[in-house]
Amino acid sequence: MPELLVAKDLRAYYRTGLSGWIRAVDGVSLSLNEGEILGVAGESGCGKSTLAMVLASVARWPLCVQGGTMHVDGRSVPLSGGLKGDGSHRGTVVSLMPQGAMNSLNPTQRVRDFVFDVLRSHDPHVARAETLDRARERLEKLHLPARVLDAYPHQLSGGMKQRVVAVISTLLDPRVLIADEPTSALDVGAQRALLALMVELLEQRIIGSIVLVTHELPILRNVAQRTMIMYAGQLCETGPTEEVIFAPAHPYTKALMQATLVLESATKRQRIEGLEGGPPDLSQPPGGCRFHPRCRYALEACSQSVPPTVVPSAGHDAVCWWLAQATPPPTAAASDGAAEP
Amino acid sequence: MSANGQSPLLRCAAITRVFGQGARAVRAVDDVSLTMQRGEIASIVGESGSGKSTLARVVLRLLQPSAGAVYFDGRDVTRLRGFARRREYWSHVQAVFQDPFGSFNQFYPVRYVLRSALRLEDSALPRREREARMAVALENVGLDPASVLDQLPHELSGGQRQRVMIARAVMVQPDLLIADEPTTMIDASSRANILNVLLDLNRDRRLTILFITHDISLATYVSDTLFIMQHGKLVESGPVERVTRTPEHDYTRQLFADTFSLHGEAWHAAGGGAA
Repeated sequence: MPELLVAKDLRAYYRTGLSGWIRAVDGVSLSLNEGEILGVAGESGCGKSTLAMVLASVARWPLCVQGGTMHVDGRSVPLSGGLKGDGSHRGTVVSLMPQGAMNSLNPTQRVRDFVFDVLRSHDPHVARAETLDRARERLEKLHLPARVLDAYPHQLSGGMKQRVVAVISTLLDPRVLIADEPTSALDVGAQRALLALMVELLEQRIIGSIVLVTHELPILRNVAQRTMIMYAGQLCETGPTEEVIFAPAHPYTKALMQATLVLESATKRQRIEGLEGGPPDLSQPPGGCRFHPRCRYALEACSQSVPPTVVPSAGHDAVCWWLAQATPPPTAAASDGAAEP
Repeated sequence: MSANGQSPLLRCAAITRVFGQGARAVRAVDDVSLTMQRGEIASIVGESGSGKSTLARVVLRLLQPSAGAVYFDGRDVTRLRGFARRREYWSHVQAVFQDPFGSFNQFYPVRYVLRSALRLEDSALPRREREARMAVALENVGLDPASVLDQLPHELSGGQRQRVMIARAVMVQPDLLIADEPTTMIDASSRANILNVLLDLNRDRRLTILFITHDISLATYVSDTLFIMQHGKLVESGPVERVTRTPEHDYTRQLFADTFSLHGEAWHAAGGGAA
């Protein structure tokens, strides 16, 4: 399987005050295969949107990239954002489909002028008619009339704006699309259409692969081949979506699964328990395993040192002391993980 | 109205609400009739623009219907004139809204929010009793009064704010609670906790709850009755078991088909990625 994107040990902190740092992404490594949709899930404040910004190389102050490397197609991609330097990889190599569609369009420009501006910034000689034809074609796939190109953002509903943003962010045919909660403002019908467009772009090899950030596990189950679960800026479990959802290894993933509302005839009157407490303060994350204060399986070791990586099955790993003790380390991979700082 | 002779708590009779005039008129709610019994949990489900929030605002008497009437406990409340009468109505009907960030005045602590709600009921409540009522209300929704009462809204998480809003609404001891998308902006992990708070209030106090939501999985989790709305019209209604097993209207079937389910056949990208 060709690896399209490889990111190692990403660290991105928000600056607060004079000396404080919020460690929103703290040592995340991931790889993405060609043609794959990788899901990233976790509760609010776990750093998944920050990870999306770092991967799309749009991080800007007060978010500072403190370390890590990223390669796409074997070529290094600069991680820090800002206006300085060469920005030509944005939108073509990596592209962000942002969460807040309401705030992503210029309120003083018609959609068509905005679309043209985006393309012109990458290629000064691009033909206007050609750009708009391509935008029109993509809009139709999302069941939007071509007239939205002539509209101002305030004339569009929230769902329409979200779809316009989806079209603009994929217009330059990026190698990797980073979609940050693209469906959260949409109705179920529109959600399906947007995800279908993403899958179609992937199948036609217009886009290389997709990182899909969402807290909706049912969506990941339906479109993502692999899923990563994040907690407090770190990965706690990565694996094939089916396994992560139906046979979760990490206690946090288990709790997250139990809190998910599912549409089933048997759901009624079956009480679902949510997760108690909130995510930790990332300016002073708890020592050891960051989940230990809320974990029902917490052991003594959990608060003292960083847990080892356990491999429940091939291509599936979880970072947890409890798991390491429950299943004696059968592979070398587990002891490798324990040696990490 | 009902077969057993007991009058329904809420009855909407042919409610219509039109926005705009002439050619540009939009019938946001079009001839909707529904009834709710005391102690029932019902959900109005529909996509954005289906008129479900408009209907909720009409029931809350925040919006005048263009035609039709709202009966509460057998009494016509459509033509309540004057703030004092509507205020009296709001001590029976309370609401929790979608945005727990917009429902607070950010300059005032939680205590202020709760105290102003208590004035709705009785402005001459002695201080000690007031404090006790506020504490009980917060405990009911799983918050610690000692720490929360003096906190400012920005110091609370979204889930905590929504709980404060529920505490505020329930403290007035309403008969009917209207929950307009109460968990849309809440994280998936604490969504279940918020819903459980409401379900417990229904069980322990027979609080009647009307959910307004676009999420049919949420509606089937909490409700006894489902009302499905599309383009301002009520297209299907019935007990939740019946609607989920044998949906009659095409739109209801579409809603179930479009919702992503966790089990059943996956909808994977064919030919893509890691096998």
